[in-house]
Amino acid sequence: MKAGDLGELALRNLREAVLRSSLTTLGVAVGVASLVAWLSLGIGLQVLATKRLSNSGLFDTVIVTQRRNLQNARRPPQEASPAAGSRMLDEGAKKDFERLPNVLEVYSQIRFPTELRYNGTPYSTIVAGIPASARGNGAFDAIQGSFFSGPSADEAILQLELAKDLSGDPHGLIGKDLVVRYAEREALPPPNGNGDGSEAAAGGFSIVPKEKTLRIVGIVETEPAAGFGGFGSGRLLIPLEVASSLRAAQVNDLRDAVRTTSAKPIYASLTVRVKSPALVQGVEDAIKGMGFGTFSLLDATKNLRTFFTIFDMLLFIFGSLALAVATLGIINTLVMAILERRREIGILKALGAADRDVKQLFFVEASVMGFLGGVLGVMLGWTVGRAVTFGTNLYLKRQGLPAADVFALSWWLVAGAIVLAVVVSLAAGLYPASRAAKLNPVEALRYE
Amino acid sequence: MAVRADRVSRHYEMGTALIRAVDDITLDVHRGEFVALLGSSGSGKSTLLNLMAGLDRPTGGAIFANEKNLSEMSSLELARYRSKTVGMVFQSFNLLPRMTLEENVELPLRLAEVARAERGKRVGEALERVKLDKRLSHRPSEMSGGEQQRAALARALVNRPTLLFADEPTGNLDSTTGETILLLLKEIQGTLGMTIVMVTHERPLAERFADRIVTMADGKLLSDGARQ
Repeated sequence: MKAGDLGELALRNLREAVLRSSLTTLGVAVGVASLVAWLSLGIGLQVLATKRLSNSGLFDTVIVTQRRNLQNARRPPQEASPAAGSRMLDEGAKKDFERLPNVLEVYSQIRFPTELRYNGTPYSTIVAGIPASARGNGAFDAIQGSFFSGPSADEAILQLELAKDLSGDPHGLIGKDLVVRYAEREALPPPNGNGDGSEAAAGGFSIVPKEKTLRIVGIVETEPAAGFGGFGSGRLLIPLEVASSLRAAQVNDLRDAVRTTSAKPIYASLTVRVKSPALVQGVEDAIKGMGFGTFSLLDATKNLRTFFTIFDMLLFIFGSLALAVATLGIINTLVMAILERRREIGILKALGAADRDVKQLFFVEASVMGFLGGVLGVMLGWTVGRAVTFGTNLYLKRQGLPAADVFALSWWLVAGAIVLAVVVSLAAGLYPASRAAKLNPVEALRYE
Repeated sequence: MAVRADRVSRHYEMGTALIRAVDDITLDVHRGEFVALLGSSGSGKSTLLNLMAGLDRPTGGAIFANEKNLSEMSSLELARYRSKTVGMVFQSFNLLPRMTLEENVELPLRLAEVARAERGKRVGEALERVKLDKRLSHRPSEMSGGEQQRAALARALVNRPTLLFADEPTGNLDSTTGETILLLLKEIQGTLGMTIVMVTHERPLAERFADRIVTMADGKLLSDGARQ
């Protein structure tokens, strides 16, 4: 029989037993919905955890320092000089890092202690320079207010805890000004009176207290994309360009002032941001090979992936139980259909239907129920997932926590669930279809 | 020769008993012949008809249709034989109740994979032949017994078979309607030159319409001859 005719007959048969077919389809739908809801929840949690980890900047960054013989750190400076084969961490090295594959950006870490004044009250905190690229990496998704209007804008984003320290109404701080007091490095003239006044040409620098007024534009829960290294978490975030232009004295400055012999500016450390945590090791090895010291955290997302693979597998098994029950439903429906349509099968065979025609008819009926159940199940699963997300977010909101999407229904899960429903239905139809095909037409025609 | 049963047997085992439904029968049916298989209930006539129609396989001997041995055919070949060569009419009509008359008659064409465009024409012709061409959208439940049997006849003819097997076609009909059906069969035999094998237990009808009457009892052939 041609596919079109087969489909028409199968749909007619399903329509004739509409209540039973619908209930069976609903059974498949519930099974698929259970599977989709559980797996989407597992994937959603995985995405959420991975995203949070990635946004923390802990796992996709490599901190590069000049390689030093740390074992000799207590010895006099001339012996604690850069280890053999190491390079200076200067502008040339920075450019080399930027050229490495899978490197997104390279920037110097700028963090310095400050005393900020708001409404005349002083607060001690740490200022961190944030590169403009941080805006696009999802780290500022939950920001209250906005990101910096430009890379050189005199603006600040406050970490929520600091904002709470400054005001009882943290969100009311947006649009207000605060004053940052810091220690600026000022180049000293060279001993012989020559030079261009830069630190590079200077014999050293002096520390001068300065002030800067910044407009508060946003508030974030945690310090995003700042990586690690330096000291302490930045609670007052300003554009990296602005932080650099302040020439604020950092902790390493004193050490470098006595060590540096070059006329060029030397970075205490550089942050190399890599495309993904999985690529960190390769970049780190390449930088080590260039003669620098590196530091990164182990790719925790790898362990996380392993954990979630097992977690998803368990959810799959759990979700599949409902689908297994639905499979029994399909078998039952089709076996009942054979009993009911025994005579009809006999007539079809008497009129020239081959065994395979009868078998295919049952297969098509099973797969139609599977497909419809799959589509309905995905929609049902999606609805359940949305409801779970809504409920979770309601709870999180009451707890004063930011909203989170704990449900991720990907296209492959949608397609996979529908295909699985059809495959399972076909498997369920195997026995009934083969039984129907084997019916003896004479016996089937005698059946009342 | 249209159909030849060569020492054909169909035995069933029921527990320890062996039922010889058809036992060592040899029968030749010539092309264009109208043969009536006559016998009382349980004589084996329907079993023999089913064997000749390719619905069942013999346990002994062979059936030849158009010189081809049905016993040696695969299940698929046998299905094709039933689809292309054979038309069947049953005592209880065996129309599918949820289909309209048109859909019932179209069913063998679907199974034979006849092109959709050709189907309408053939269904129209077949229904016109049995004078039911105005009842296309009626379901079997909306038709009388005689109309249903005419519809079943149209369904049997729609694939233009060369052999028509009728199993008690008048068994569920009153005598007048039964006669109408047999007149129709006779007309079809005449106009289309079909070979017809009809199972019946009504000797008067067989004598009136069949060219030849074969009598069976207890699975054996009792007599084989032209009608008196």
